[in-house]
Amino acid sequence: MTRNGLLRGGAFVAAGIAFPLLFNAAWLVNIGILTLMYAALAVSWNLFSGFTGYITLGQVAFFGLGAYSLGITFEHFGIGSGYNPFYVLPIVGACVAFASLPVAWIALRTRAMTFAIVTLTLLFIVQQLAFNLHSLTHGSSGLMLPTPTTFGVDNYDRPFYYAMLGLVLLALLICWGILRSKLGLMLLSIREDEEKARGLGIRVTGTKLVAWWLHVFVTAMVGGVWAYYLTFIYPESSVDPLVMIGAVLMTFLGGRGTLWGPVVGALVLVPAQQYMLIHLGGSQLYLVGYAAVFMVVLLVLPRGIIPSIRDGVVRTRERQRTRGGAAKAAV
Amino acid sequence: MHQVIQAVILGLLIGGVYALMASGLTLVFGIMRVINVAQGALVILAAYLSYALFSHAHVDPFLSVLIVTPAMFVLGVLVQIVFVRSLRGDDAEELSLLVTWALALGIEGVLSVIFKTTYRATSPSYADKTLTVFGYQVQFVRLMAFVGSAALLLVLSLLLTRTKFGRAVRATVQNPTAATLLGVDANRVQTLSFGLGVSMAAAAGAVYGVIYPFNPGSHYDLISRLLSIVVLGGLGSLGGAVVAALVMGVTEAVVAVEWQPTWASFSYFIVLIVVLLIRPQGIFGVRERAL
Amino acid sequence: MTALLEIDGLTKRFGGVTAVDACSFTVPAGSVTALVGPNGSGKTTAFNLITGYARADAGAVRFDGAAVRRPDPIRLARSGLTRTFQQARIFPDLTLVENMVAALQQPWTSVFTRAVRRPERERALELLDEFGIARLADERAGNLSYGQKKLLEFAAVLMGDPRLVLLDEPTAGVNPVLVDQIEERIRELNARGLTFLVVEHNMNLVMRLCDPVVVLAQGTKLAEGRPDEVRNDPRVLDAYLGG
Repeated sequence: MTRNGLLRGGAFVAAGIAFPLLFNAAWLVNIGILTLMYAALAVSWNLFSGFTGYITLGQVAFFGLGAYSLGITFEHFGIGSGYNPFYVLPIVGACVAFASLPVAWIALRTRAMTFAIVTLTLLFIVQQLAFNLHSLTHGSSGLMLPTPTTFGVDNYDRPFYYAMLGLVLLALLICWGILRSKLGLMLLSIREDEEKARGLGIRVTGTKLVAWWLHVFVTAMVGGVWAYYLTFIYPESSVDPLVMIGAVLMTFLGGRGTLWGPVVGALVLVPAQQYMLIHLGGSQLYLVGYAAVFMVVLLVLPRGIIPSIRDGVVRTRERQRTRGGAAKAAV
Repeated sequence: MHQVIQAVILGLLIGGVYALMASGLTLVFGIMRVINVAQGALVILAAYLSYALFSHAHVDPFLSVLIVTPAMFVLGVLVQIVFVRSLRGDDAEELSLLVTWALALGIEGVLSVIFKTTYRATSPSYADKTLTVFGYQVQFVRLMAFVGSAALLLVLSLLLTRTKFGRAVRATVQNPTAATLLGVDANRVQTLSFGLGVSMAAAAGAVYGVIYPFNPGSHYDLISRLLSIVVLGGLGSLGGAVVAALVMGVTEAVVAVEWQPTWASFSYFIVLIVVLLIRPQGIFGVRERAL
Repeated sequence: MTALLEIDGLTKRFGGVTAVDACSFTVPAGSVTALVGPNGSGKTTAFNLITGYARADAGAVRFDGAAVRRPDPIRLARSGLTRTFQQARIFPDLTLVENMVAALQQPWTSVFTRAVRRPERERALELLDEFGIARLADERAGNLSYGQKKLLEFAAVLMGDPRLVLLDEPTAGVNPVLVDQIEERIRELNARGLTFLVVEHNMNLVMRLCDPVVVLAQGTKLAEGRPDEVRNDPRVLDAYLGG
């Protein structure tokens, strides 16, 4: 890890831990939780789509599956209350991720555009399942999770906040690990030229499936924490196309394929989104505003904040170098 | 058996309308590699326009097609010029997916502000009229919708096969570079085709409002169906889209009567996944050349 | 000499056009075999069929004595048959060393290990040095000149220790100095036991370097033999000059 990387990571962790201790107003911590939730979703979306170049629009299906899996586990297995459900999360995440592999394998046989569409239909499939599997999900009437009573009233939100923070860090760590591993090298070569990668003997489908598994693993856990936090989930809210597009938008805004891009995107957009929701939420103008922000990001900053800044820095440096060189030549 | 045949008839009638919507989607993809996720929202927009014309000016919904379609053609042309054309670079295709999704959100938002989120339906006096043919019940409006859609699809295919514009379009689909070299103005073809694709949505939308109740959020349900139709048929294949739309209509209708209506659209998704397992390029899709 | 690659009756149609028509030839082990022919004679299509980038309509391919049922680029590369492309294909956003290491065929167990381990880097540098581009090792591959990209692609396919390399026009569009360098590399690697199948338009190079030479015209084999035999074959002259 470079010194700058350590510094950046350390600053993020410190700020993340300190935030709810400094600002303990419930609404602020609530926005913090949402920001971290979107950050975790965006980082894990980037983990698959940013690194492979295959855009998935079905991530939120696995968010919903994670949410429902935790809810159903509560109802049928009595996993207790308090902190216990957090310990079940990795199992939920792993199970959802394994279950998603066959469908992912089928979808990955199609080319990029079809893949995006097939994953989008996954979103609707899971939503339909949530409506229809009444005995498990209670359909449109929604699923209640027990409210954890041991967390106290004053800082009720904190455990959820730290759980989300943990998931963001986990997702970042996975991305960081991938970027410096063989897996990352393989994924990047697939993103750049998949046919060439095949010609070199890179097992492209398997490699993509590993990245897929990891992204679903994190996503489903995020869904689980979210469900436990809200204690009430229903099909439209747990498989919400708006959440999907939000995560994608944040990744695009911050910079696809970068480590910190999605986090930056979430830090910028979620507070803005919450602001709009509060001020425009009553009317549906909220949607219009959201669409407008989206358009601006895609049309003006399609490469994202971090790559644009990086280019700017490189260009300035080069300019300085040539100017320095010219000055020397003049002397 | 009677019930199944009745369901098949119903499914074919509905499938025809979906075929019209999906044809616009797949046509646009074939020409410019753009998936218009807003196609569903545009259908709903047209349904609202037709609804407004009916409830304020008493224009018959089937006649309103003649007003709504040209208006939406213009809108489509504008959308292409403002939002879609400016996308450049390697991932213009993927970006277009997101840009049109944003457009869908915008349309949903505007419609919710104007019309609120309550469900509406365009109900002319003949809305509940039913014909009986050989003992099978056929709703008059659905028959009209089917006939209208089929007629428009016929016009579309004539347009593509018999006119100069159609030749330019087909040339662009087959080989954009060669078409440009032969003097086809690619920008113009793309803009007009996008407008054409949106007009298909518009014509279908005016009709849709008579058959189904709708609200601004209905576009998600529509686009999920439309996207899976074009994927099942093979992206870019017009014939494939029509066949897939009919398959979907029939599958849903039969599952609804023989099993449960709640599983109807789900069953179609299953058909889609199974077909993709065997033919990743869709029924009529061409396998993309690897090189 | 035993045959490393045997092509038997390979056929591919695109619509009404038969690009490769019942084509048969062999690549002897240890040879530098040339595949030549006028433009559009089906050389690249034959390459695509052999390496699994396109599916043949008929015909059989045997590699190292074993029938290749459904040719698949990944499996073929891993069993020692690899290729380069006419337009050099490299990963522009990766560095040269990363390009080289990406071409190493990894077992699943090493997926989570470091991207570039020290011995891998050393091996990559060694090969890059042989190709004269070691000083650019940590440059972005996208910054290379066209000729350098060709060298990099060639060097990279060697990372997997192949037994047969298919080169698609290795010297097309490359300056004369690099042509000599590529020729020298092929000779040296061939001396170390590597077999080549080369599509090439530079006839002087083919005559100097390759034996046997297979001539394709309109998708079928016209002649196969030693360079001087082929050169004096009237049918070959006809195909190139007549037409």
